[in-house]
Amino acid sequence: MSDEDLIDLQEVAPAEVAEVDLYQRREKIYTRKIEGFYQRLRLFTGWPLLVGYFLLPWLTWDGRQAVLFDLPARKFHIFGLTFWPQDFPMLAFLLIIAAYSLFAVTTFAGRIWCGYTCPQTVWTSIFMWLEQHTEGSRNQRIKLDKAPWSTEKIVKKITKHSSWLFVAFATGVTFVGYFYPIRQLLPELFTLSAGHWQILWTVFFTLATYVNAGWMREQVCKYMCPYARFQSVMFDRDTLIVSYDPNRGEPRGSRKRSVDHRTLGLGDCIDCELCVQVCPTGIDIRNGLQYECIGCALCVDACNSVMDKMEYPRGLIRYTSEHELEGGTTHWLRPRIIGYVVVLALMVGVFSYNIVNRIPLELTVIRDRNQLYVTTDTGAIDNIYTLRLANMDQKAHEFDITVTGIPGATMIGETSHTLDGGEVRTLTLRVRAEAEDLDKPNTPLEFTVTARGMPSIRVTSESRFMKPL
Amino acid sequence: MASFWSYWVIIITAITFVTVVWVLLANRKDLSQTTDETTGHAHDGIEELDNPLPAWWFYMFVLTVIWGVGYLIIYPGMGNFPGLLGWTSTGQYEREVAAAEERYRDIRDRYLAMPVEEIAADPAVRKMGMRLFSNNCAQCHGADGKGGYGFPNLTDDDWLYGGTPEAIKATLVNGRKAAMPAWRDILGDTGIAEVTQHLLDLNGRDANETQAAAGATHFKTYCVACHGPDGKGNQALGAPNLTNGIWLYGGSEEQIAHTLRAGRNGVMPAFAGTLSEDKIHILTAYVYGLGKQ
Repeated sequence: MSDEDLIDLQEVAPAEVAEVDLYQRREKIYTRKIEGFYQRLRLFTGWPLLVGYFLLPWLTWDGRQAVLFDLPARKFHIFGLTFWPQDFPMLAFLLIIAAYSLFAVTTFAGRIWCGYTCPQTVWTSIFMWLEQHTEGSRNQRIKLDKAPWSTEKIVKKITKHSSWLFVAFATGVTFVGYFYPIRQLLPELFTLSAGHWQILWTVFFTLATYVNAGWMREQVCKYMCPYARFQSVMFDRDTLIVSYDPNRGEPRGSRKRSVDHRTLGLGDCIDCELCVQVCPTGIDIRNGLQYECIGCALCVDACNSVMDKMEYPRGLIRYTSEHELEGGTTHWLRPRIIGYVVVLALMVGVFSYNIVNRIPLELTVIRDRNQLYVTTDTGAIDNIYTLRLANMDQKAHEFDITVTGIPGATMIGETSHTLDGGEVRTLTLRVRAEAEDLDKPNTPLEFTVTARGMPSIRVTSESRFMKPL
Repeated sequence: MASFWSYWVIIITAITFVTVVWVLLANRKDLSQTTDETTGHAHDGIEELDNPLPAWWFYMFVLTVIWGVGYLIIYPGMGNFPGLLGWTSTGQYEREVAAAEERYRDIRDRYLAMPVEEIAADPAVRKMGMRLFSNNCAQCHGADGKGGYGFPNLTDDDWLYGGTPEAIKATLVNGRKAAMPAWRDILGDTGIAEVTQHLLDLNGRDANETQAAAGATHFKTYCVACHGPDGKGNQALGAPNLTNGIWLYGGSEEQIAHTLRAGRNGVMPAFAGTLSEDKIHILTAYVYGLGKQ
């Protein structure tokens, strides 16, 4: 080896390792406003829900608020039905049905709940509309945020935040109005004579709405909502998703409108990035399905508006399925969907049946345990019972109590009771039986309570009758 | 040894806090040297993204640590340290009881000022009375107050010590102690049998006439002092009426004989120490009303 063949040693500094802060400040998203078919569709899905939400507490029924969840009294009124805590299994069932229908809809059409009906989306849209009308369009807002503080900027910001707070306050008051009669709540709040719980919760929900729809927005969808994360479990190749069609669009690039882009070897995508500018979660849908995508179809409408201007066919970004993108057709009716629908129909049927046939009466029987039995002078045996009757109906009924299970047993005490709607009464009864009629020391017996004139309102409860061994 | 466990808890809690803060801060910097937003390793071909956590999430963690430290300063949690506020669960319970007493005392005091006869039929008094009765009296007198073996029936007109409001209240406040003596040694078996027959006769039941006549003589000697000349009882002494067919300890021949032989010392507890004056007043009204129904 001669010296010329040796390579000179060189000092090389190790490559700079870029330090990335793992707690990153989020970048504010400025969405661009766009008109289109799906945005109009959202008006039809969002507005009825909003109107329903704000209007429902104002309806009355029988002299009280029609929909009222009276927590201190533990009575939950929905028009003509009053639910008691004993009815909670029904609420659990209802929530299961709601969750199940969400899964069914997701398997069918992806995240349309998110894009069209989720309160986070609906309220964020309202706040974004207010932002647009106080601070201006996307470019105007970007400029305003970069500009130094001036009177104009202060006025605009104050107007925006005041309008936000106003909507948030209306939302908060309405929410509390479901739990405390809203016709009392509003005047009490404005005369500052409301109780501190009412004030606390109104302030809480006002702030929560303001923070969620004004500031947090997509952070809720991206980091807080579990639905975003488990959606991919429910999707399959035939689920409707918002997708960019790379077969049509690639390779992307700008071109003159008059030119036939295919001769240039270009796809339909002109890389205007409008789809990125309108996206409320700040993603580029051309990168494929992402968990942040809430299926709001703003990018669909944006791209369609550009396709119209370019005189290309619409649908470069559209609601489609993986299957269709691969060249097949979407299978609408598939075993999964059919299964979901059948199970859902069954559950709704069972639930409706239970609601309609709910018996608004409850009976609890407690037997005296300190004196297991009492022997009378004539040799008969007495057992003493405490009965708790709850009339869960909204109107009064007269109830008759009978006992079966022991031949010849009689009751000592009042066996007919009139209870007001919603009344709970504790009463005592003594059951007397002859020793000969009891063959076991411990005999089961059954109390039956029936509403007079309404044989469908009838409950039974089992207890025991003791006699000396 | 008690302080050992206290230090055990303090040290483990403190170490946990420090560890949590360290984990939070130590993960700020990503040194994985990858540029494609992945963690750099793959399992079965599945890669793992390494996206930054939002800053607001980090600040909320910090907030919870500060909250935790503050909480442990003002509330007990660090071993035996009682916390700056001196909060205890017993203290909270006592405050709740006192608040309830305050709330309900007004109601009961209102009734305390009114005479028993006036309030006995008041539905609110009957409801309150029933609840007090269930808690304090039903164990012996039965949930319906009709009593049992050895426990008087409070719903009839027969009162051992008197059924006036004053008598009922005295029974509740001071209690009662029955003093039926045992006559076995004095009367002997024959005498007991004779008095038993006399009592059956007094109540219009089938009785042996010879024995009953002898029993009547014994009765005049020994029994009328307490039970009165006609056996109709003496409420000042709590001696029952022996002629009305109501037998506290059973009315069969054997049970009556047993009472005579062995005596009875039934006890009604005194409630002066257990129940406040206003509660006793409501109970008196309730029991008085029971007798009237």
